[in-house]
Amino acid sequence: MIRTHSYWLLFCAVFNKDLKLAFRQRSEIINPILFFLIVISLFPLAIGPEPGLLARMAPGIIWVAALLSTMLGLDKLFRDDFNDGSLEQLMVTPYPLSLTVFAKVAAHWVVTGLPLVLMTPLFALLLNLESNALLATLFTLLLGTPLLSFIGAIGAGLTVGLQKGGILMSLLVLPLYIPVLIFATSAIDTSAMSLDYSGQLAILGAMLAIAIISAPIAISSALKVSVS
Amino acid sequence: MQLAGANGAGKTSLLRIIAGFSVPDEGEVLYQQQAISQVYEEYTSDLLFIGHKTGVNTQLSAIENTHFWLQASGYKKPTDLYPLLAKLGLIGLEDVPVRTLSAGQQRRVALLRLWLNEAKLWILDEPFTALDKSGVAYLQDRFKQHLSQGGAILLTTHQDLTAQFNDLKTFTLEYRY
Repeated sequence: MIRTHSYWLLFCAVFNKDLKLAFRQRSEIINPILFFLIVISLFPLAIGPEPGLLARMAPGIIWVAALLSTMLGLDKLFRDDFNDGSLEQLMVTPYPLSLTVFAKVAAHWVVTGLPLVLMTPLFALLLNLESNALLATLFTLLLGTPLLSFIGAIGAGLTVGLQKGGILMSLLVLPLYIPVLIFATSAIDTSAMSLDYSGQLAILGAMLAIAIISAPIAISSALKVSVS
Repeated sequence: MQLAGANGAGKTSLLRIIAGFSVPDEGEVLYQQQAISQVYEEYTSDLLFIGHKTGVNTQLSAIENTHFWLQASGYKKPTDLYPLLAKLGLIGLEDVPVRTLSAGQQRRVALLRLWLNEAKLWILDEPFTALDKSGVAYLQDRFKQHLSQGGAILLTTHQDLTAQFNDLKTFTLEYRY
């Protein structure tokens, strides 16, 4: 048997496995989207269907719904691997754990974040969002949802060893989501006033860049603490 | 080398320390005269660890699990797993999710790795759990083969292995209050 150490092969192996598992249990893909849809349709029912009011509230509604639906899948992100021992197996490979973690978070985003981005035009229609703001919503979700996955995975890694870590994870992670929420909704608001919102997008992009580099290291340390 | 001791004596904890999951309160684990944290990459390249939790995903099939483990450990996919599956009595079950298999068969899926690695040191926590007689015999044959190729095995078990392995060393842990 020939042994080749390739980071790319490891990334593909972990990424493919997680996607395969997600597509085998389709509820993992469908549930966050349905949750998102239901939360969004609750708002017009609760606050009244005036188009002006809805358009005004839309960025906030979409982003809070996105935060909550990302949280849904996070608890499962490492739990199965922790329970069946796969996480230990991945730790005794010659590869850095942060790379494995990066692949898992990427797969999580493809399963929970990407569908939200793709469904946004539909949701925008439900909330009477104008086309200018729709574009901004798309951009902020595209930059923001991977950020949510990376930040959330730190909380998931810290709480994976606990029996009922779900609530604790939400308490840990949701405050960390606040900066993302502020800049994303501010970008959409600015765009609704037909102003330039590239500044807010740049900040979101910078936060994503930092998260891509540093979050996997934090997540793998959190997992090592949970496993030991 | 066999780790022995009563339930709760710390066999699994010691194995986990040696495998590098836990940090010992005192002392350190050396691999080729260097602390394992210093040479973790080389150490894990030479290490095969199968614990109580075997690392088999029950949603995936035996083949998918084995392929994933091979890739994650840096091995190329072998061309043909079927002779090995046949040997371990898993033929016909290779494509069904592992959760539908019995406990012994699930254990066999995890133990497939023993035939597919180049690690020098095997750390096995209760490898004989849930295996039937033929499974135990196959496993002991594989142990002998590995030892004759210069490999080392560190395992915990409550079985008596002295009859099969004449150079077996036993290290007994005592339960302390």
